[in-house]
Amino acid sequence: MLTLENVGVRYGGVDALRDVSLVVERGRVLGLIGPNGAGKTTLVNATTGLAPLASGSVRLDDLRIDGLPAHRIARAGVARTYQNIRLFGALDVHANLAAGAFARPQRLHDDEIRSLLERAGIANVDPAAQASSLAYGDQRRLEIARALAAAPSVLMLDEPAAGMNPSETVRLVDTFRAIAASGIAVLLIEHDMTLVRAACDAVVVLNFGEVIARGTPSDVARDPVVVEAYLGTGAEALA
Amino acid sequence: MNALADFYARHSQLIDQIGINAVLALSLSVSLQAGQLALAQAAFMGIAAYVSAILTLNYHWPTAATILVAVIAAAVVGAALAYPVRRLRGVFLAIATIGFGEIVRVIANNLGVTGGAEGMSGLPQDANTLAIYASLAVVALVLFLLSRTKFALAVALVREDEHAARGVGVDVGTVRTLSLALGGAIAGLAGALYAHSSAFITPNDFGFERMEQILVWCVIGGVTSPVGAVLGAAGLSVLPELIRFLADYREITNGIILLLVIVFVPGGLASLWRRGPVRVRV
Amino acid sequence: MVAQQLLNGLFLGAVYALFAVGYTLVFGVLDILNLAHAAIFTASAFVAFSLAAAGVPLPLAFLGAAAVGGILGILLDRVAFAPLRRRNAGTLVPLISSIGVAIIIGAVLRGIYGVDEKHFTTGGLDTAPAIHLGPVTFTAVELTIFVAAVALMVVLSWVLRATTLGRRIRAVAADRIAAALLGVDLERTIAATFFIASSLGGAAGVLTGLEYNSVTLDMGSPIELKGLAIIILGGMGSVTGAVIGGFIIGAVETLSIAAGLSEWRDAITFGVMFVILVARPSGLFGKRALRQA
Repeated sequence: MLTLENVGVRYGGVDALRDVSLVVERGRVLGLIGPNGAGKTTLVNATTGLAPLASGSVRLDDLRIDGLPAHRIARAGVARTYQNIRLFGALDVHANLAAGAFARPQRLHDDEIRSLLERAGIANVDPAAQASSLAYGDQRRLEIARALAAAPSVLMLDEPAAGMNPSETVRLVDTFRAIAASGIAVLLIEHDMTLVRAACDAVVVLNFGEVIARGTPSDVARDPVVVEAYLGTGAEALA
Repeated sequence: MNALADFYARHSQLIDQIGINAVLALSLSVSLQAGQLALAQAAFMGIAAYVSAILTLNYHWPTAATILVAVIAAAVVGAALAYPVRRLRGVFLAIATIGFGEIVRVIANNLGVTGGAEGMSGLPQDANTLAIYASLAVVALVLFLLSRTKFALAVALVREDEHAARGVGVDVGTVRTLSLALGGAIAGLAGALYAHSSAFITPNDFGFERMEQILVWCVIGGVTSPVGAVLGAAGLSVLPELIRFLADYREITNGIILLLVIVFVPGGLASLWRRGPVRVRV
Repeated sequence: MVAQQLLNGLFLGAVYALFAVGYTLVFGVLDILNLAHAAIFTASAFVAFSLAAAGVPLPLAFLGAAAVGGILGILLDRVAFAPLRRRNAGTLVPLISSIGVAIIIGAVLRGIYGVDEKHFTTGGLDTAPAIHLGPVTFTAVELTIFVAAVALMVVLSWVLRATTLGRRIRAVAADRIAAALLGVDLERTIAATFFIASSLGGAAGVLTGLEYNSVTLDMGSPIELKGLAIIILGGMGSVTGAVIGGFIIGAVETLSIAAGLSEWRDAITFGVMFVILVARPSGLFGKRALRQA
């Protein structure tokens, strides 16, 4: 499980994150929501070693991972997808998956490739296709497959449904639940409240870098503090 | 058979030159494949050439030993250079490495042991065509074997997207250092061979003009393609001979051909045969 | 002694700055390193030589040659960069095509002028009287060159800050796509940028030719790489940076000579550049580009 304790991050004199604590447990999906600029991506960046912590700690089970270089954190078992797709576009699907499994000692077998594509919901994609030539929704799922290829213990998904239409989004719910069921601790950053409500066991709400609420999706949607935070960005989104 | 021997006799210098240029092109290709515009190959070549020359002329070491030491020296310098430039990318890295090359050139121009501006002469020309092409074959083999390893995958990932590469566990810093050291070693081999196939070496042999040449070969060949780099080096080395009949118009033809190729085939020669996505098989 | 070297550095730096400004303008607007800049520098020097030899008074020859440099710049863009722009070919490929153009320009110059050194025969350049001002000495020629260089840079600054064209150039430098969306005619603005950058580079060439009363095929080599050091020091894309960087490098050079390290001066220049790159890659005036010319 992933434990953040009193995490603080500063960007040029401003507290991007202040005193944030949360736990992501294996087998469960934790949603991370909040208005734009609340610090959600910063949290993922700080956890994965791309932004330094000003205070607090991040632990993966018993291992303290804050302060480690990004590639070591990845090797420790923390995988992620990105808000703006960061596939290895010029390489083919197979290579992207092999990239995901980079830290693992053995090479990927063909059946593993197939299984990864299935778990990510793109079983029909041609492994020899160029990654950047895939449809947008498939590219997002390929990023998920790449993350899964690392056999991570933690998977952080940064707005994986961005840009997808409702039917594609609905399919993601099953994908995420199945990933969690396979024993991975999943952190899901999302704006789409339908997706959050259906896929997440619990939710943490961030605003201006601080945690303002936690609980089940329905608890949180009713919390007046949360509603007020979203008022500027359309409280109907919570309805 | 006689015709072949004749041909060789007349063109042996060019043939040797092509071999050395091919090795140089491969040395830059290693960096370019990692997405690093590290333009220090001419400097590495020069360092190795001088090391080999000094060991040969001043200390009378056997040629093979001097080549070995020269290659190691160039590799070490490459690895060392990786540290100060570790945060530089793109054009900034290019300019930093060009600057490094200039510093090396000025040093060679001013030290007594390197013969100053006059360079060093009287070098034994004992790197024959066989030695040169055997070296090229060895380098090609090493690179081919490497292309089957995880290192090659790591290099491709660093080139494509450094951040995502870190995210899958690639130690980007080490990859960059290793690619610079490897490029240095290969350029060093070319330099040591050059020292033993020309009668003399001067600091200007290893300056920005040479670096520009190497860069042109690689880009014409296709930036990330080692095969393309070798073809680019061979083709552009042979070109002046092929258009010799143009006499005074050789230089301008050179420039025009360069321009035409780059404008109409910006992906380089490699794009002519490369179809589909870049394949990286581990 | 130091004052004299500083003055020399000032004079030298002015011409360096003029050259570097052209480099940085093109980089700031197009993100490319134009390696044909030094070839245009040389070409303009030869054009000025020809004009002067044909009897054209020096000031006119100077302006004419600079203008020719500007036109060469426009042609350079049409031939080497514009076709690649349409194809989104990255930054490495245009670099190579600029090398191609540089080779062509060099070959044409060699064909027309041969390999001999040329001299300006007009107006007693070699016998200009020395002017003594306190601890320093200089000639009227040196002073004129300095004033010409500074004047051009002042004009450039005015163009960038106070004219519509200048605003357009700065817009394209800041964000090409946004500028296009806002209706800026990209191709014309880029052409204008090349005209300005190359005419300044050409002017620097003429001034250098006049300074040493020597025009040779390889007169661009020393300054080509030094220009890179200057724009790094000043900050890529910053015109102010290029100007100040030029003066600083001029001073570094002359002070190196004064310190008896003349043969090492290039190493010192590039050493300074290397240190700047490692410690502060954005240089003195960073990537604020031409927005604050």
